[in-house]
Amino acid sequence: MAEPVTGLPIELRKVAAAPGGVPVLAGIDLVVAAGGRTVLLGPNGAGKSTLLRVLHGLIPPSGGSIKWGDATSRPFGQAMVFQRPVMLRRSAAENVRYALDLAGVRGADADARIDEALDEVGLRALADRPARVLSGGEQQKLAFARVWALRPEVLFLDEPTASLDPAAARSVEQIISDIHARGTTIVMTTHNLVQAKRMADDVLFLHAGRVTERTPAREFFTMPRSIEAAAFLEGERI
Amino acid sequence: MNTLSESLALAAGLVTHFDVHLVDIVLLSLRVSLTATFFAACLGLPLGAAIAVGQFPGRGALIVVLNAMMGLPPVVVGLVVYLLLSRAGPLGSFGLLFTPGAMVVAQTILITPIVAALARQTVSDAWAEYREQLTSLGAGTYRAAMTLLWDTRFSLATVLLAGFGRAIAEVGAVMIVGGNINGVTRVMTTTIALETSKGDLPLALALGLVLIAIVVLLNSAAHATRGWAKARFG
Repeated sequence: MAEPVTGLPIELRKVAAAPGGVPVLAGIDLVVAAGGRTVLLGPNGAGKSTLLRVLHGLIPPSGGSIKWGDATSRPFGQAMVFQRPVMLRRSAAENVRYALDLAGVRGADADARIDEALDEVGLRALADRPARVLSGGEQQKLAFARVWALRPEVLFLDEPTASLDPAAARSVEQIISDIHARGTTIVMTTHNLVQAKRMADDVLFLHAGRVTERTPAREFFTMPRSIEAAAFLEGERI
Repeated sequence: MNTLSESLALAAGLVTHFDVHLVDIVLLSLRVSLTATFFAACLGLPLGAAIAVGQFPGRGALIVVLNAMMGLPPVVVGLVVYLLLSRAGPLGSFGLLFTPGAMVVAQTILITPIVAALARQTVSDAWAEYREQLTSLGAGTYRAAMTLLWDTRFSLATVLLAGFGRAIAEVGAVMIVGGNINGVTRVMTTTIALETSKGDLPLALALGLVLIAIVVLLNSAAHATRGWAKARFG
């Protein structure tokens, strides 16, 4: 059901990034193909969030090249949910409408998508409530309603459940699964290994700004290929 | 001492009886300063937002200049506008000198930097919070600036009040370009200055009371609005 956009695969070649002049990523070669759920793992400061932002086009690479399909600038059809959602000072429904308007979806089509999206995340009853007075969990769900309405080809998630209680985290995970089931490619970071096991098709492990391995999830958690990942998993178990 | 209490009593009488002369002066003051605030909003808010969101060479210097211009001395603004509007000046043909129009021009010049600089700060703070999200959603610079102006509307209302407060309380600029002509360009502050020097303290005091009341009232309204908006919209 995702919109036909051709921003996939995303190809990174020897990408370096230094947001604010601080080198964070170096020598990243990576292909994000359509359909999968890739989870970025790694210790704090490894560059996971920066890599997500490079993939999403928010941070321009300081070296190397990036291509979204055939394009060298970020295409439509991408969306991102941040650790702490930013809502505009207007109603929940209007926040979804704002995103749709920027994507060129207006009128009756927009109305229908807004209702559907708020239903999906269980916020229909709060449609007219000012978004900024919703609870943290509700705001995060609203961020996902925005994504649901946009029907992106790729969705980037930066620790989407980090500031949520377990119940809200589980329902957000369910929403992510629903979005994936509609054909959206998922790339996410998390600090929660249990969540990573549940959500990942493959794991991309980052250490000190470099990708040390990319492994199918089932393998990764039992037999990581890189020393750094093994040490990380070992540390997390203790 | 005696003079003060007598004058206060007379002043209170003028205010409570809505003395026609006093009311005219107050209304002219409000008209001039509200008009100036309107123009300052039209110019200063977009300018502030553009500087906050835009990226262009000389941006840092522009911010410094703008902040410095918040402290423009009213008499100097008055002098410059006087020179521009006087018969021999470049804008003399409009015949604005010694009219309320000239006072509006002077006050607009005086408070536009205040509105722009404070709006710039407000929008910058919001931009720091919204930037990634708006960029992620595909908002360009213009759209982002407009969104931020709307989203910070309650803070910006306070910014406009700060500008209005400055305009209605200043005396130097309107004195020079308005000429303090009785019944034409005489506003609260220029009347206070004149009547004090003439020794007619009751009218001066009465206007002083009204001026302070207006400022207090506006600030209370601003405070209440912000509190309400915070609770209502977060």
